[in-house]
Amino acid sequence: MNPVASDDIAISEGLCFGYGKQLVLEDVNFSITKGESLCMIGPNGGGKSTLLKLMLGLLEPNEGSLSLFGKSVGEARRQVGYVPQAVRFDPLFPITAIDIVLMGRLDRHRFGFYSRQCRAAAMAALAEVGLQDAAQRPFSDLSGGQRQRVLIARALACEPELLLLDEPTANIDLSVEEQFIETLTQLKGKMTILMVTHDLDLISEIGDSVLCVNHRVHRHSLPLSGETIREIYSGVRRVEHDRRARHHQGDHSACAHD
Amino acid sequence: MTEFFDAVQNIPLIRYALLAGIVSSLTFGVVGSFVVTRRIGYIAAAIAHSILGGIGASIYFSRVYDLPWLTPMIGAVIAALLSAFVIGWVSLRAGEREDTIIGAIWAFGMASGLLFIHYAPGKAVSLESFIFGNILLTSRSDVIATVTLGAIILLLVGLFYHKLVAVCFDEEFSRLRGVSSDAYYLLLLAITAISMVLMVRVAGIILSLALLVLPAATASRFSRKLWIIILVSIGLTFIYNTGGLALSFELDVPTGPFIVLVASLVYGLSFILKRMMKA
Repeated sequence: MNPVASDDIAISEGLCFGYGKQLVLEDVNFSITKGESLCMIGPNGGGKSTLLKLMLGLLEPNEGSLSLFGKSVGEARRQVGYVPQAVRFDPLFPITAIDIVLMGRLDRHRFGFYSRQCRAAAMAALAEVGLQDAAQRPFSDLSGGQRQRVLIARALACEPELLLLDEPTANIDLSVEEQFIETLTQLKGKMTILMVTHDLDLISEIGDSVLCVNHRVHRHSLPLSGETIREIYSGVRRVEHDRRARHHQGDHSACAHD
Repeated sequence: MTEFFDAVQNIPLIRYALLAGIVSSLTFGVVGSFVVTRRIGYIAAAIAHSILGGIGASIYFSRVYDLPWLTPMIGAVIAALLSAFVIGWVSLRAGEREDTIIGAIWAFGMASGLLFIHYAPGKAVSLESFIFGNILLTSRSDVIATVTLGAIILLLVGLFYHKLVAVCFDEEFSRLRGVSSDAYYLLLLAITAISMVLMVRVAGIILSLALLVLPAATASRFSRKLWIIILVSIGLTFIYNTGGLALSFELDVPTGPFIVLVASLVYGLSFILKRMMKA
């Protein structure tokens, strides 16, 4: 095995995982260095979400090991903040933004009311994503982008050292995406970030490098070449992403302009 | 209305019914809000129907083996908790479809209850008060049970309010924050089960779900904050319970159906009112 650098906060060695007999991830080896921002990409069904769940401790590896902060995933749970996709939630659930953010403090809370420190931390987290004025607004009244930012604030309220995000821009209007990416850019460097995303804008703005997950895991440095993207998605490229990638590289031939 | 107030002063039964109604409106308002929010109304209905099994079994065994302590109330609580845990366990662990197990418990409870009552020795048992409820049959011991169980429920919800809300909203995230989501979900089902036992006394097995769910459903049309929904539900349940008791006494109509009818009409009106507020 490779010598382990002291500032590696996540190390996966020979990790295998499958649902039943079918292996989803095989011989996965990678490490994440403290403070870097990694984007996890790959085709659907390639194992991105599974790897995320393994890192959250929601699944256990069949073989091999995965450690966070030199500890088991379970023991490191408090140091990890998780941002799921906002579309997963019941839109009618009666809850305010601040109450959602306070859930990030659940492990510091026993019973009764949340402490004053918890409330202050939750408000600070909301301010960090620019939503301090929306604290008392119901979740259902917020836009898709705002909901996703509330979930980021909730993860920040955990005071994480590692932030895991699952397709944070997947359901966000293009018009507010820029603002959203800005929120994430501000977090870059403050903590280690690992996000699943197909969004090439996000990758180019935030990512230091990418982790390509397709049954096995490879690391690529940025920027990605079209060839690499083709390899990663095994030819099943998403037309939209390809177009936007070329758009970024100055090739506008495929863009429909008025 | 004076007739009702006279009755409250002079007839202990009416006083008990009124007291049970007032106390239970607190419990029902709180639990109903969680049931509506977490969308587990059908689980509550299945639990209510399984209660007949517990009532039937307790009547049968207490008569056959001469166990006077085994009251229908005790049978009902055991059956309700057992059903709640079976449904909870199946939906969390066994991988069976939740609606299938809800249907099975629902029917099993009714069927076993009817058979136990059929074979119970001694004088015939009237099913009507269990199926349709009769708050006017509330005895002193029922009031004590209602107050005790209600206090336990309110204490549990008060202590674990934020964790219950978190688990209802996002089980996965709560688990990641070290909260035992499964345990809190089962706690919510247990609280719902005990509420259904209390509810069956007021509205009976068939109508109890409506009385649990309608006030919270009405309240949630006007607010997106859970604590407001809870307070409004408590208020509405209080009005339904006491007003329903008084009016049904004055007009001499069965209390349970009368209360549920009013609650349904108010829920229906809430749609019109909401539309008028928007316009």
